[in-house]
Amino acid sequence: MRNPLKPMVDKFGLPRVIIVSFFLLLVVAAGAFRMNLLQLLSDVIRRWGMFGILALAMVPAVQCGIGLNFGISMGIVGGLLGGLLAIQLRIAEMPSLVAVHPLFAMWVAILFAVAVGVVLAMGIGYLYGQLLNKVKGSEMTVTTYVGFSIIAFMNILWMLLPFDNGELIWPNAGKGLRNTISLATSFSGVMNKTLAFSMGDLTIPTGLLLFFFLMCLLVWLFMRSKTGIAMSAAGANPMFAKAAGIDVNRMRITGTVLSTVLAAVGILVYAQGFGFMQLYNGPMMMGFTSVAAVLIGGASPKRARITHVLVGTFMFQGILALGLPVANQFIPESNLSEVMRLIISNGIIIYALTQAKGGSGRE
Amino acid sequence: MNKKISDLLFKNKVVILFVFLGVGATIASKQPLTFVIPELFTRIARNSFIVLSLIIPVIAGMGLNFGIVIGAMAAQIAIFLTTYWGLTGIGGFLATAALATPFSVFFGFLVGKLFNHMKGNEMIGGLVLGYFAEGIYQLIFLFIFGGVIKLNNPTLMIPTGIGVKNTIDLKDTVKYALDTVPMLTIVEIGFYLVLLWLAGTAAFQLVKKQPVNWKATGIKAAAALVVYGLTFIGPVERFLAADRLLLLSSVELACLVTVLWQGFHFMIWKKKGSHPAVEGEPGGFIPQKAIAYVLLAGVVYGLTYVPALYKVLIAVKLPVMTYVCIGVLCAFNNILMRTRLGQNMRTVGQSRTVANAAGINVDKTRIIAMIFSTVLASWGQLIFLQNVGTLSTYGAHTQVGQFAIAALLVGGASVQKATNKQALLGVVLFHTLFIVSPLAGKELFGDPVIGEYFRVFVSYGVIAMALAMHAWKKVASPKVGSTGAAGAVASAGKAG
Repeated sequence: MRNPLKPMVDKFGLPRVIIVSFFLLLVVAAGAFRMNLLQLLSDVIRRWGMFGILALAMVPAVQCGIGLNFGISMGIVGGLLGGLLAIQLRIAEMPSLVAVHPLFAMWVAILFAVAVGVVLAMGIGYLYGQLLNKVKGSEMTVTTYVGFSIIAFMNILWMLLPFDNGELIWPNAGKGLRNTISLATSFSGVMNKTLAFSMGDLTIPTGLLLFFFLMCLLVWLFMRSKTGIAMSAAGANPMFAKAAGIDVNRMRITGTVLSTVLAAVGILVYAQGFGFMQLYNGPMMMGFTSVAAVLIGGASPKRARITHVLVGTFMFQGILALGLPVANQFIPESNLSEVMRLIISNGIIIYALTQAKGGSGRE
Repeated sequence: MNKKISDLLFKNKVVILFVFLGVGATIASKQPLTFVIPELFTRIARNSFIVLSLIIPVIAGMGLNFGIVIGAMAAQIAIFLTTYWGLTGIGGFLATAALATPFSVFFGFLVGKLFNHMKGNEMIGGLVLGYFAEGIYQLIFLFIFGGVIKLNNPTLMIPTGIGVKNTIDLKDTVKYALDTVPMLTIVEIGFYLVLLWLAGTAAFQLVKKQPVNWKATGIKAAAALVVYGLTFIGPVERFLAADRLLLLSSVELACLVTVLWQGFHFMIWKKKGSHPAVEGEPGGFIPQKAIAYVLLAGVVYGLTYVPALYKVLIAVKLPVMTYVCIGVLCAFNNILMRTRLGQNMRTVGQSRTVANAAGINVDKTRIIAMIFSTVLASWGQLIFLQNVGTLSTYGAHTQVGQFAIAALLVGGASVQKATNKQALLGVVLFHTLFIVSPLAGKELFGDPVIGEYFRVFVSYGVIAMALAMHAWKKVASPKVGSTGAAGAVASAGKAG
């Protein structure tokens, strides 16, 4: 008798089946421990909206053919600079804006930060795309290390940049920007608070979700546009696309720029939800987290769709959000959930890499 | 001629850049050489072994092995267990190495298996695998030790009894275990090893019914006996009883050995009838070259009398056994490449297709290369830990791969080519920068942290650059592959 589950396992990949089962197990465990499931669900939804755009940044990258973009830290750096500038100029505290509504001032601040971030990310993304066109076939290895290098380089810049707002620099004569910058006076939680409502213990951060879905919609529309289709074709089969008259290199740059821009927007959305901006080595591993999220959702280094982002981020963040309290039931005050995150996120990436070339044993 | 020089400069651009960076940063740090050089020699002893462990996978075409982190983890599991069992001294160190070996063989085998499934993506795969293994490692040290396996030792375990403490002090166990092996013991062991080897070869030849060159064997055994006998002379014995060797003494010894060696060859050459050897012939003797060597030795010896250098030379004390281990690994890397297995690795590295056609089991060769590298990396990590003297349970291995790989690349190696010389040169240059850059940062920007960030940036940047250059070359000239393949055919033919 054939195992009826086998075709399903083959299709989704064993690691994905394990991760989904693990997620369900966590839900059951959380229920069994009589935890407040609605509160946990609110937490999952909040994290979903916060991380979603960073994971969304993978879609144009994968579709245009550069593969999993471990180097979204390039865009993240741009977003962080935008955020720093918004705080430095005290946009959220401008009397004329606050007079309208405090929340309005915060929206102006974050949109300003996003605008600056997008402009910077476009420039960075363009250069980055140029580089990636020179290293075709080894993009993932190169992007990872270029991403690490840019973080390390920015560490030096964070020490030297001439910001002087009290929120940004160390209070007593220390040099450079703070490690963690509080957004309380600028745009902390601006999206989460907008139009948010609660039903019992379930809180829905409507503004955040709307913004996330808007971004997804924009990317979806772009993918359906003429350029988007050409881009996907260039990624899927460069030779064929070239024969069809598509400028493959230009399409790859377009995808890279878009991915970098989304990363810049994504980090700001993440920061406002978190309430803090993390500089220095904070964003170092964010590329890995985002890559893991889309992969869990079913993407491969060759193909990623928006549904992969939605499902993957929900699942991954769900495991993280549920994992912490459930793990604490077994071993209090442990960082078992951090260990779990390392194993899951890197395990799925390894799996995807083995599938990248169909896992051919011999050439 | 001019073109030759510019070619040479271009080929060694990374090395030249780092020589300038190192010298510049040393000057900027305003530190005396009597501080920098001893520190540097300590770091060479600590780090060279693990950097050298990267060479075999490069030759086998698997690129820079980011998976050595896993070897380091194997070493740390072993060192934790032997510390728990209370093993100390050189015996404890050897037991740790013996325990780390099966772990790392197993891990290396798994890594090799996995890499065979992601050919072409080994480097990113190895990096991610390192993070994955980090998760497993934490699982073992935080939950399995104490949680599943009951370990009762309040100095090693967290007070709750589940999980291992952040730092483990090795001061009373294996600290300096390898560094403090007296030279006398080394010579003695060397003597017995030589005898054993001679007896072994003779026995092997007898069994195989090959003629045995008894005269040569006898001379070698006698030479070994003379060297061993020398250690019984009072002053020599006293000199060798120490475990650290002054850098000054080692320079003097090197000069002496060079002169004696050249003199010895001169005598043989005389006896054979003074034919100038054909250039390039191995073992040939060229009088002009010999004279140059002797003169060089003389000049170096003369330089030790320069007061500034003398001060530095007497400030450095080399841990002899550790340097012997590094030397042995260099020799091992060279010897391996002369064996059939080494040739197979080289062929696989040049072209898997050709290697496969030549009847080499590509997958198996790659797995063996990974096992070698992982085992050597675990020993390298042990050497590092016994010198540092504390085990930072959750941090000691995290940067191992990155720093070792950066050091190798700084020495002029690339993704496809790496040699012992490049590894050692890289260790010297990279660690010079490592020592002085925080101090230079303090002098130049008023903050040592900038210097620290700078060195981290350098280590990432040099890896990123090497990877990009490699990928770029691959795209720009697909021809390289075919000439490489032709070379591979030739060498495969020789090997077969």
